[in-house]
Amino acid sequence: MTENLLEIDGLSVAYRTPGGDIDAVRDVTLTVARGDTVAIVGESGSGKSTTVHAIIRLLPGAASIPAGAIRFEGHDLVTASAGALRAVRGSRIGFVPQDPTVSLNPVTRIGVQVGEALRVHGLADRRTAAARAIDALERAGLPDAAVRARQYPHELSGGMRQRVLIAIAIIGDPPLIIADEPTSALDVTVQRQILDHLDALRRERGTSVLLITHDLGVAADRADRIVVMSQGRIVEQGTPEEVLLTPRHPYTRQLIAAAPSLNARRAVTAAGAAPATLVERAPDAEAEPFETITTPVLRVASLVKEFALPGSGGAVQRAVDGVSFEIARGQTLGLVGESGSGKTTTARLALRLAEPTAGTIAFDGDDVTHLRGRRLRELRRRVQLVQQNPYATLNPRLEVEDLIADPLVAFRVGSRATRRARAAELVDLVALPASALRRRPAELSGGQRQRVAIARALALSPELLVLDEPVSALDVSVQHQILTLLGDIQRELEVSYLFISHDLAVVRQIADTVGVMQRGRLVELGPARSVFDDPRAEYTRALLDAIPGGARTR
Amino acid sequence: MSDSPARRTSPADVARYLASRLGQALIVLWAAYTVSFLVLWALPSDPVALLAGGDATDITPDQLDALRAQYGLDKPLWAQYLTQLGAILTGHFGSSIATGRPVADVIGEAIGPTAQLAGLAFVLALVVGGGLAITATFVRTRWVSSLLLGLPPLGVAIPSFWFGLMLIQWFSFQLPWFPAMGDKGFASLVLPAIALALPTSAMIAQLLSKSLRITLGEPYIDTAWAKGASRARVHVRHALRNAALPALTMTGLVVGGLLSGTVVTETVFSRPGIGRVTAVAVQQQDIPVVQGIVLFAAAVFVLANLAVDLVYPALDPRIVLTSPARRRRRRADAGGPPSELVAQGGADAEAPPATPADPTTPADPADPGNAPTRTEVHA
Amino acid sequence: MSDTTALLPDAAQHPTDTFGATAADRFDDAVKDRFADAVKDRFADAGRVRRRTLGILRRPLLVLSIVWLLLVLVAATWPQLLAPGDPLAGVPADKLQPPSAAHWFGTDQIGRDLYTRVVHGTSLTISAAAIAVAVGIVVGSLLGLVSGFVGGAVDAVIMRVADVLLSIPGLLLSLAIITALGFGTVNVAIAVGIASVASVARIMRSEVIKVRASPFVEAATASGNTRTRILFRHVLPNSAGPVVALGVLEFGGAILAVSALSFLGYGAPPPAPEWGALVSGGRDYLRTSWWLTTLPGLVIALTVLAANRLAHGLDTNGAARR
Repeated sequence: MTENLLEIDGLSVAYRTPGGDIDAVRDVTLTVARGDTVAIVGESGSGKSTTVHAIIRLLPGAASIPAGAIRFEGHDLVTASAGALRAVRGSRIGFVPQDPTVSLNPVTRIGVQVGEALRVHGLADRRTAAARAIDALERAGLPDAAVRARQYPHELSGGMRQRVLIAIAIIGDPPLIIADEPTSALDVTVQRQILDHLDALRRERGTSVLLITHDLGVAADRADRIVVMSQGRIVEQGTPEEVLLTPRHPYTRQLIAAAPSLNARRAVTAAGAAPATLVERAPDAEAEPFETITTPVLRVASLVKEFALPGSGGAVQRAVDGVSFEIARGQTLGLVGESGSGKTTTARLALRLAEPTAGTIAFDGDDVTHLRGRRLRELRRRVQLVQQNPYATLNPRLEVEDLIADPLVAFRVGSRATRRARAAELVDLVALPASALRRRPAELSGGQRQRVAIARALALSPELLVLDEPVSALDVSVQHQILTLLGDIQRELEVSYLFISHDLAVVRQIADTVGVMQRGRLVELGPARSVFDDPRAEYTRALLDAIPGGARTR
Repeated sequence: MSDSPARRTSPADVARYLASRLGQALIVLWAAYTVSFLVLWALPSDPVALLAGGDATDITPDQLDALRAQYGLDKPLWAQYLTQLGAILTGHFGSSIATGRPVADVIGEAIGPTAQLAGLAFVLALVVGGGLAITATFVRTRWVSSLLLGLPPLGVAIPSFWFGLMLIQWFSFQLPWFPAMGDKGFASLVLPAIALALPTSAMIAQLLSKSLRITLGEPYIDTAWAKGASRARVHVRHALRNAALPALTMTGLVVGGLLSGTVVTETVFSRPGIGRVTAVAVQQQDIPVVQGIVLFAAAVFVLANLAVDLVYPALDPRIVLTSPARRRRRRADAGGPPSELVAQGGADAEAPPATPADPTTPADPADPGNAPTRTEVHA
Repeated sequence: MSDTTALLPDAAQHPTDTFGATAADRFDDAVKDRFADAVKDRFADAGRVRRRTLGILRRPLLVLSIVWLLLVLVAATWPQLLAPGDPLAGVPADKLQPPSAAHWFGTDQIGRDLYTRVVHGTSLTISAAAIAVAVGIVVGSLLGLVSGFVGGAVDAVIMRVADVLLSIPGLLLSLAIITALGFGTVNVAIAVGIASVASVARIMRSEVIKVRASPFVEAATASGNTRTRILFRHVLPNSAGPVVALGVLEFGGAILAVSALSFLGYGAPPPAPEWGALVSGGRDYLRTSWWLTTLPGLVIALTVLAANRLAHGLDTNGAARR
């Protein structure tokens, strides 16, 4: 019957660091049967990536394997010689890496790189390899394969490059393919195509796939078995139904509760911290955002922003093309779109960090479209920014207290003492302990730094907060906490949010109104419920369909 | 959809590029002339005293005036500047005050021996420095690698005049293998070339090893390993090929360093050449000659850069010859690929174009349809 | 070492609520770029590296370098302590003696003790190098700061000028300046300093531009800070870091340049015992009295080596080096 293709038995991987040895992987045992897809799910630091890199021994120099065996086709890969490993890599085990933009040699042609996978094993000469490379590219789903094969990586988009990497992995027809987060660097619609393609290949050739992902939804959709890892250990294994419907380990339950894609219907609860199950939004939160009795906090009309394209002599690119929307007081507008949609530029325009080429921006009724100098600076008191990258948003040399009080100092508000009191107040508001005030950013985790950034943004009691992908860089469980926090703050302070995200599932948890952008235009705008339950634009439907996790659960 | 228009470079592009680089080179030369004029003619309070040989006491005031007139120093500064510039453009670089000979001749006959010396030194530096960097990153044994990488810092710290003298002592006096001075035959070229090559080879070794180390950490190297490539293949075909590019941009500086190194080396080994001419000229405060040398050095630097600019695009396919500004930006991050399509959670592609993202990036063929025309608004 | 399993708390309790970096972050720091998972690492940033100052003492070469540099400093400021004799007084009967217990470095052709001369020459060389570095760093950093922060036309002009200065090799530029100014220790120092302004400006400028482009500077603008405040509170403190390491590195280079110029004869006139001049002085006796050239040159090499090592130790982000 089906024998196991790969058996990992009690594997441990350790890293030597200046501070001591860290156990990245502890006693991991799992198997991959022939023709199966196994998904390893976990957050950062869980050891999932290290485990699969250990299979083909692509570990950094500081890593060692103190215990365990990896049995594959009769060899124990842990003790195999360098020569034996080289023979296995590429021809018996294909590897699809994570970030397609940096995983291809920039100065070599595509076709050569794909064919190399055969040539290093002596499986083809130059001409045959070139022909088989084109064939592999086609099988991987790259159109115009013959043309692409002669091009260089920088001439292809991210999605295309990922297909090239898949071609490299499949060209030798290996029985096992390891895919390390093969789609996390791509847009959601492209993600879906890539994963569909991997499925098709699997069915065609009976290849086994070992898939790494941080997204439980993806695992639920695509895998025959799910393995959940946390802090180097496997905490749960089983079929998707078993793991998702009857999770046994508390971490699994936590992960399921926090996973945005699985819980796209869930809203942020009034209770705050503890993630509840399936709470419907309170009825009054569904107030139609267009029946504004009071002046909206932000109103943009026919906003256009053009950028001159360098080197092409005068041609312009319209990053934002006629966008109009309103945000009511105390409400959240979620602006969703993939890369290149213009959402970030729109956010920067709302903040007046850039000036629009055309259109108007009105803040609380006042036209702020062309403000300059001092009046522009005054605007900053009312609109604030929370940025995407928590690791770069705080001045590394200042303590948290100074960071939070910075806007107050900028506007010379209050005295030293009142500023300190305000900082303490804000730190409490974002649920950080008072001891945080004396710390520097380097001592804080990503989630904690983002809280500091939120506290800083609230220092001047602004009316509108522009949040540019504030949780994209955070782990799923931390994401959930931050979103809950934002919900609480909004209720308490009646501050409005312009929430930018590429992730519809995240936006669903926090937005009252949702706007969907594509190529600079707003293709859909309406109350969150409406947009999600009854999308009208085809693009919105495509985005919703692409959210992983819909296939097998609920 | 899949064909990008301005991708391949046409002969017209190359011609335009060459012309623009040449134009820039001329501007740099002009600027170098201006700098040398400011330093040598405008800076000293009384160039005449210098020209007279530093010891102006035994020259009568009339003779000093005559000298001033001869060198045009009685005219205002800007007039001198323009007159000199005019002279240079017609090929007259002034005359040495020590010997009276035209500067062009003095420099012209010194180029030959220096070129030989510098040429050999360059080859040595490249082979030794480059070889050391490649070997140090290739070997697996940690202590060997550390040992090799410990050598360049020594090479940088050792004064080249001292090293030259040590070479003479060991290989000329103690072991009579090579002549200690002079310009007869190949044997007399060896020791000076080694002395000249030392600091340069150390610099090349440091540059290349750093570049290699960074390149070997890039994700596409992992892809190569994952294909089952051998160590040699990964290091040479993938790593070296990419690591050499940023090192190449330093060629101008390397050549300039070699040229200035000849001042010391030719003095130590008593060889004729540009360096020796310079040392003597400075000693005698022979302003016209020193100026000529400065211009010569700038010209060499500019030529070296020009050569690199011609070769570089052929080696790096990411360079598309459109505008110098974009090319400079690309060269600045030649280590990594240009960021175009964006990672989720990364910076958006439509942020103001500070990255060298090419505007004609082919769109993903799976993009859902054309640009939308209306907003679906929910009432 | 403490029990490292304590770094990884029980899986049941999610660690983000407890204060301090989570185990995941500590793990990330340990593993750096490649193997910690997905999204977080793409933003791994210099700000996350925690500096360990005590670690410095664990590196023997660095300690040795510091010790040597301190010795040199003592020799420069208080030569009598290390060499009580007179560097200018020679005993003709003792001329050209090889190194011995009486004369550690031997004697020269006039019978002067070489060790004493080397020690007393330290202040000449070191002070010249210090002046050179001061000129280069102060002028260069200022230009780089203005260029990087203000941008636009100012930046373009300053960088064009720097480009031109860089097209003339450093030593040649120094020589041109010496020709114009005349000889002497101070002139040598100024000449070397001016020759290094352009590269310091370049390095400082790229540091400033990098910091200016950081998200936290944009956040400061969004918080309502004026440009001046951003410059002094956010940009300057974060770009000043490499300047110290750069200064030390330039110091090593300055010693080499200064001694090369004095070797060629442009420094202080004899009998001043500048290091370069000492090496030059021994040239004629190279065949017979090796110590006259070897030992002063060795001192130069060791000092430059020590300075470079120190600079390398101070420069954690590689920003001071090209």
